[in-house]
Amino acid sequence: MFKIFEPNKIFSITSKAPKYVLMLFIIVISIGLVEALILSPEDYIQSEAVRIMYVHVPSAWISLGIFSSVTFLSVIGYIFKIKNFFLISKSLAPSGFVFNIIALVTGSIWGKPTWGTWWAWDARITSMLILALFYLIYLLAWRIYDNKDYVYKITSIITILGVINVPIVKYSVDWWNTLHQPASINIFSQSSIHISMLFPLIIMTAAFALFSILIFLMKYNTELIKIKNKGLDRL
Amino acid sequence: MIREILLMDGYGFYVWAAFLFTFLCFVTLYVVTKIQYTKEMNKFILKFGNLNSERAAFAKSQSINKEILSNISNI
Repeated sequence: MFKIFEPNKIFSITSKAPKYVLMLFIIVISIGLVEALILSPEDYIQSEAVRIMYVHVPSAWISLGIFSSVTFLSVIGYIFKIKNFFLISKSLAPSGFVFNIIALVTGSIWGKPTWGTWWAWDARITSMLILALFYLIYLLAWRIYDNKDYVYKITSIITILGVINVPIVKYSVDWWNTLHQPASINIFSQSSIHISMLFPLIIMTAAFALFSILIFLMKYNTELIKIKNKGLDRL
Repeated sequence: MIREILLMDGYGFYVWAAFLFTFLCFVTLYVVTKIQYTKEMNKFILKFGNLNSERAAFAKSQSINKEILSNISNI
């Protein structure tokens, strides 16, 4: 059933895909930047500072999405003993971590003109910082441990513990009084954001998603070649 | 027009700083990942070149090795 996920089968696709993903990313990010920096309107309260949303929000969404995917793949990989799922998780994590850092830093930059402070121990900011720590521990675990079975086990545990934080990040604005406003975009109900701001936000999210796919493909190919290098040593 | 885009009603510093930081993170991540990829690929080429003809033929029989070798021109 899982033969389709064998590295030999997917390398022929993953090795050719990066250049096309890169081209698509450049096109989408160019449209997104024009929309976000020039065409989208200013906010009636936050004025032009609202434009930071176009890098802050997609980064936060993608970082949460990647961590959830990493957890899902690690758990399924551990249960069904699919080593390739660990390889995919390991290749996804660096871009998730970088997006987490971007969300924290751009949030801090946005906080200064909006709230008057660079940092506050607000529930959402703190939970995002905790998520960054889980990413860091996950990435360090891959670097520290050489024993494959042990690293599969330890990274699965890290992701299971870390994923508990994901709904906390999402619902922190509803559960506690925070500086952050409640969610403006809802999939199942009416969004409070105007279409003129929603459109650039979607474009920028698509561009960021393409960038994370690009990094994932490059990392994944690197990991596969690393394995093959070890194979050549044994010949 | 350009002045308006740069100054952004006095919020230009914050908006441009956020976009610039994001751009720098993207470039750094891309460059680091590309360097790692190129390094592993070069290692593979070197190791493959050091194999004797019998071992090289065996290694070449594996489809993934063939794919890696066919991608050498892309690095």
